[in-house]
Amino acid sequence: MKKRLIALLLLALASLGAALSVGSLEISLAEWMEILRGEETLAADIALKLRLPRALSGFACGALLAISGALMQSLLRNPLADPYILGVSGGASVGALCAILLGLGGLLLDAFAFGGALAVLLLVFGLARGDGSWTQTRLLLTGVMVAAGCGALVMFFMSVAPETRLRGMLFWLMGDLGQTANPWPLLGFLGFLLVAILPLAREITLLGGQGMESAHALGVDVRRLRRVIYFLAALATAIAVTSAGVIGFVGLVVPHLTRLVVGNDQRVLLPAAALSGGALLVIADTLARTLIAPELLPVGVLTALLGVPVFLFLLSRRETP
Amino acid sequence: MTMSAAPLLEARQITLRIDARVFCRDLDIRLFPGDSLVILGRNGAGKSTLLTALAGLRAPDAGEILLAGKPYAEHGARAAARRRSWLGQRRDDPFAARVLETVLTGRHPHLGRWQWEGTADIALARAALAEVGLAEMAERDVRTLSGGERQRLAIATLFTQDAPLMLVDEPLAHLDMNHQIAALTLLSGRVRRGAALASILHDPGLAARFHTHALFMYGDGESEIGRAEDLLVPKKLSRLYGHPLLKATVDGHVAFVPA
Repeated sequence: MKKRLIALLLLALASLGAALSVGSLEISLAEWMEILRGEETLAADIALKLRLPRALSGFACGALLAISGALMQSLLRNPLADPYILGVSGGASVGALCAILLGLGGLLLDAFAFGGALAVLLLVFGLARGDGSWTQTRLLLTGVMVAAGCGALVMFFMSVAPETRLRGMLFWLMGDLGQTANPWPLLGFLGFLLVAILPLAREITLLGGQGMESAHALGVDVRRLRRVIYFLAALATAIAVTSAGVIGFVGLVVPHLTRLVVGNDQRVLLPAAALSGGALLVIADTLARTLIAPELLPVGVLTALLGVPVFLFLLSRRETP
Repeated sequence: MTMSAAPLLEARQITLRIDARVFCRDLDIRLFPGDSLVILGRNGAGKSTLLTALAGLRAPDAGEILLAGKPYAEHGARAAARRRSWLGQRRDDPFAARVLETVLTGRHPHLGRWQWEGTADIALARAALAEVGLAEMAERDVRTLSGGERQRLAIATLFTQDAPLMLVDEPLAHLDMNHQIAALTLLSGRVRRGAALASILHDPGLAARFHTHALFMYGDGESEIGRAEDLLVPKKLSRLYGHPLLKATVDGHVAFVPA
């Protein structure tokens, strides 16, 4: 198990290395030697000032989405759950499109998107526990319904938006790492999330594997645990979506693939999913930058194009993920 | 029931209802080490609801339930789980997991937050698997087990939890005759060594053979609790099930046969 985690760590480092080296200006090994010696070359500028922040942001977003997906799957006891299933991304989209429609950009756009995500997070939580039961089915149905409502609002905004704004809206919706400038808040939250969630990992395994009543009988404070999981997962999604738009399939496919490699013990699965989710998004973004250069593909399109066949393959192989 | 220190479990004047249906009213139960109580009643009479309430998974609508003299809330989930184990009826496994991993979940309340299962825990888990005849299947995926094997795995998990109070809801579901007897023998062996047991069964003959006390739930709020030999008689059982039952004794073993 340790070997597999180390392999994933190496994969993550390799993806970052590739992301820094590849692009309109390729950086060779010799140039890397100069950069590591601290020489200020053009290559150093491009690698460290342009590509590094983008790669780190991508890594953090991928990791957040993968952890969030794994948590949602345990919370809903459903291997098909993903970070967006309860409508958080829908809320962020409504907020972001609202801001674009009003002609806002930059930090205000982020604030609108994050506000939308938070509003949905609280709305779903409030509605789902209305009668106190807060069962998986009720939570799932409430989330899916609110997400559908957000989808309708998104369509509405796009139908009334002027042509000039439409392209910006589309790019935001498809997910794009170009809009992230400073990776450190993202990485900081990723660190906080791991520190908050890892002490609960054994309890999360019990909740997902055994169900609410059995987990309770085995000594898990199920009520508190489910709230913590819900809020942390939804917050991670809100932050990832606010910084990079709605990047699909990372949160669904990565926990699955990781489970195949390391099993469903969340003590191992959560850090492993963080590493592989980060690596996958960095690789996808590097491809998105280079495949049809100088044109940029939105990375969300690429993750979906990669994710759909992988997922269908897993599904057809056998129903055991 | 035998008098000693505080009972392992005490229900005081509890009432349970779902909507307008009352399952039991002002019911008193006390379980001491060495006691085994069988809960009998027709489908939908509230047996499982009572057992979840006794396990602290659901609050009673009136009255109080004390585990080792204290309400569940005062114990907290983890400490309570070291004193009582619960076997539910439902088994579903949305995620793949090895059999050994699953049986080790019974150690959860005994482990600290950062602690991993040690060799002693694994030895206990393997011993429990051997007891239920699953020693060879430790590496199998739980989702490939048959219904009966999955049920025996759940019983092994209960044993791994190693709590002095065991609350089991239909422990014999999906089990063959040989495994039924084996499971009840294992449970009552633990009762003889100082545990207490409450189980829901559907066979009054096996109920009589393996339990010291019985609780009848009539489904209309009426209930009756007492020594097994006083309650498990044809007349009372016929009323409980609404069908005449005859008692047969073969080689010293009691069976109740529907007329």
